[in-house]
Amino acid sequence: MAVTVRLPGTLRDAVGGETKIQASGETLADVFADIDRRHPGFRARVLDDRGSIRSYVNVYVGDTDARGSGGLATAVPDGSEVMVIPAMAGGR
Amino acid sequence: MVPLRRIGAGLRGELWAKLESFNPGGSVKDRAALWMVLDAEQRLDLEGKTILDATSGNTGVALALVGAVRGHPVELCMPDKLSVERKRIVAAFGATLTLTDPLDGSDGAILAAREKAKDPRYVYVDQYANPANPLAHEETTGPELWEQTGGRLTHLVAGVGTSGTVVGASRALRPKGVRIVAVQPDAALHGIEGWKHMATAIRPLIWDEALADDHRTIGTDAAIAMAKRLAREEGILSGPSGGGAVAAALGVAREQEGVVVALLADGGERYLSTPMWE
Repeated sequence: MAVTVRLPGTLRDAVGGETKIQASGETLADVFADIDRRHPGFRARVLDDRGSIRSYVNVYVGDTDARGSGGLATAVPDGSEVMVIPAMAGGR
Repeated sequence: MVPLRRIGAGLRGELWAKLESFNPGGSVKDRAALWMVLDAEQRLDLEGKTILDATSGNTGVALALVGAVRGHPVELCMPDKLSVERKRIVAAFGATLTLTDPLDGSDGAILAAREKAKDPRYVYVDQYANPANPLAHEETTGPELWEQTGGRLTHLVAGVGTSGTVVGASRALRPKGVRIVAVQPDAALHGIEGWKHMATAIRPLIWDEALADDHRTIGTDAAIAMAKRLAREEGILSGPSGGGAVAAALGVAREQEGVVVALLADGGERYLSTPMWE
């Protein structure tokens, strides 16, 4: 499955300066692994030591918050958009 | 203000927490919001105008509350997909929201507010550049801290977001010999709401590094871990930034003697829908 992954500016440095990249995979875990293969260290920025999505990162597949729909096992339909968002923005 | 008897046990310095969650709007931002609106009332004719600002949460709640009390419409630019509590509280006070791309964070909200501010119907209070923001802390937070410690305060530890708290309190307290400790998140991607990683963010115009004596960083995991300790060991339900401030203050009180106060900007209730408490 080919998907578009949109990233915040704060993760741009982890993927070579882009905020929108293409990736592939059946699930979110696959997609992150695919990105990590091309950009080593990406997964560690988004996932914690136990391999879960960091508490301060939200991941959406389309409009669905992945945390409430299976986490990293969330299916990623072909052509969908994945958004990685800082859960809390700096500066109130 | 309360002493942290368990977390602060065995340290060289005394460790205290100033709980800003007891302000009417539930956060430290009530101070800046009130001062900014009163300043706008004095300088401008607000008849027919809408107060505008960019905020990822607490300032929005505070401005909405002050606007309701003072009779001004309020519009807020806020990143989409923030915790639902914020949006509902702001709406309850009658303010309207413009949601910005969540991928752009608070900086995206700032840029949206700047664009809207070109319309003369708006009065853009701009908490990041408004001198009334730090003035609120110079005239209230700083003197309160001095009074509540009976003049014994030696160190104030506070996070930097707009920087209003650090800048204003510094102006009030440094002349009395108090050392100011400014704390930032340790990475650009972080979960300490309200704090800015200055190296990668739009720099607030009111920020002046020279007004702090000591600059420290705290990671999100450490901030959240300390917020949980505050709840379980001290009975204080804090947000992530409160945990971060106490974690930094703990380091200061471990190293130095004196009366060390951490400023806890808000309470934990506003984060109940986030993974922080899962």
